[in-house]
Amino acid sequence: MLDINPSSVRQWSRLGSRAMFGQSILALAENLSNLMVLSADLGKSSGLDRFAAAYPEQFINTGIAEQNMIGVAAGLAKEGFVPFATSFAPFIAMRACEQIRMNMGYMQMNVKAVAIGSGLAMGFLGNSHYGTEDLAVIRSIPNLTVIAPADCAEILKVVYAAAAHEGPVYIRLTGSINTPIVYSADYDFSIGQAIQLRTGTDVSIIAHGSMVHEALLAAKLLEEKNVSVSVWNMHTVKPLDGNALEQCYSHSKLVVTVEEHSVIGGLGSAVAEHRSLYAAAPPLLRLGLPDQYGVTADYRYLLEYYGLVGSGIGSAVLSFLDGSKTNTVLS
Amino acid sequence: MDAQKIRAFALRMRRMIIEMSHQCNMSAHLGGGLSMVEINAILFGAIMRLDPKNPRWTDRDRYILSKGHGVLGYFSALHAVGFISAEKLKTFLQNESDLIAHPVMNMEFGIESSNGSLGHGLSMAVGVALAAKRHRQAYHIYVLLGDGECNEGAVWEAMMLAAQYQLDNLTAIVDMNGYQSDGKTERVINLKNMADRWRQFGWHVQEVDGHDIDNLYQAFCSCTLADQPHVVIARTVKGKGISFMENNNDWHHARLTKNWYEQAVMELDGKTSCST
Repeated sequence: MLDINPSSVRQWSRLGSRAMFGQSILALAENLSNLMVLSADLGKSSGLDRFAAAYPEQFINTGIAEQNMIGVAAGLAKEGFVPFATSFAPFIAMRACEQIRMNMGYMQMNVKAVAIGSGLAMGFLGNSHYGTEDLAVIRSIPNLTVIAPADCAEILKVVYAAAAHEGPVYIRLTGSINTPIVYSADYDFSIGQAIQLRTGTDVSIIAHGSMVHEALLAAKLLEEKNVSVSVWNMHTVKPLDGNALEQCYSHSKLVVTVEEHSVIGGLGSAVAEHRSLYAAAPPLLRLGLPDQYGVTADYRYLLEYYGLVGSGIGSAVLSFLDGSKTNTVLS
Repeated sequence: MDAQKIRAFALRMRRMIIEMSHQCNMSAHLGGGLSMVEINAILFGAIMRLDPKNPRWTDRDRYILSKGHGVLGYFSALHAVGFISAEKLKTFLQNESDLIAHPVMNMEFGIESSNGSLGHGLSMAVGVALAAKRHRQAYHIYVLLGDGECNEGAVWEAMMLAAQYQLDNLTAIVDMNGYQSDGKTERVINLKNMADRWRQFGWHVQEVDGHDIDNLYQAFCSCTLADQPHVVIARTVKGKGISFMENNNDWHHARLTKNWYEQAVMELDGKTSCST
């Protein structure tokens, strides 16, 4: 595996999540002879140029045909390959949803579906290209493992972990170029085990993907206001880490979920489902995107517009604690 | 190929189809199960390399039933070659049975994939064919589609890719019985020029009478051209072999009550073998 150190992560951060996925796959290919990578005519956009040139026998371009791509990946998996099938989030999660259901859910074929540029990363390409409902759809399909890495280093970790995991995986990539850095050194990553990045006694913020970094920023801002915050990287959205959630319930007065996804059906919903069985659990504030197709703007602008940055998250938490607003997003 | 043996094989399949349909006491997809009988009799009885004692044999030929509702014509063939016992067949459409109205992947039974939702099988078959090429294995992949199923867009996506990758180890068969759930295909989506369409998508196309044993056998033996995937467009009769079901779409999905069952049995008993 590539070495995770302060210098490499700075370089990866500049390249961004898509290029990092390409680098990770290229590195993985050296260790995994039965790797196969599929793209629906988005190889360049998915950072797969170098892989396609270096391993032409292991790269399949299905053309602009995502449904077929998932079925073909399943056929390859059936015969012992480990296929990574890639496209932009809505095209893979929704255009090919039933293929994912039949092949990856029902038949449990060992396919890794990679949703490139999920959330709002597509910026000016608009809502047609945003991945704002993919978790809601994908999370409801049995047998799928759903992972959303927090930064470029974690993309590397997740690509390796998914390849080693026997079974279907949906990998959700968020962020653009200049992806914020969460991890600067190597660390233990296990599918299904959330990582506590910061301890605190008042509020637990649980996030995945791009929002992990923003949650850490929010925690710092809140600390200046004398609110003690713990932050969890819930990289695996399914299966949820119930032990981590129980710790959040028992050690905080407020649980907050933050995600670059609709407030319907993502991590917030998953935590709400889990929390519903715990009578004494603290209140849950779910932060995410409103249930609408909103404005189009550049990525950073959109994150700020929807309050999905450190300051926005901090304000929402303070408002909730003040009792002035019950839920900034859902209202 | 022993044509007499294959005709007996087909007759055995039809008898089993009628038994299963009656015994389950529920509606079953009779019409499309009967139209595919000769296709599967030839494939399972004379063409494919399979070993029921070793269902995961690496070099076996692969068969995918993309028109998943054709289970009657599939389970009966798997029974005839020894994958599924008569006892097991009796559980067809019983609560919690492995044998339901669509295939559920089960390698012990020789069932390579789960189907039911239409338009999935050809994509998976393309993936399997690509895997065989990359592994440099010599097995052949057969995938059976319905003509109505070809309404699904994903079928045409898979057709394009199979031609692009020159998958000459792949043979698709279209059971062209001319009907789909809502009636005649020409009244829903007219695919009369089906062969031309596959040809234009880059496939090696053969059109045959899908109930003519010799014709079918020759077609499958001719799936040897290099660098092109093959398709056998098999013109069939929906409900073939049972007079009152033939070309009567009421039998697309219907219950075989006692009187109908007895008539069907009588018709089949009058034959020593099926087909021409």
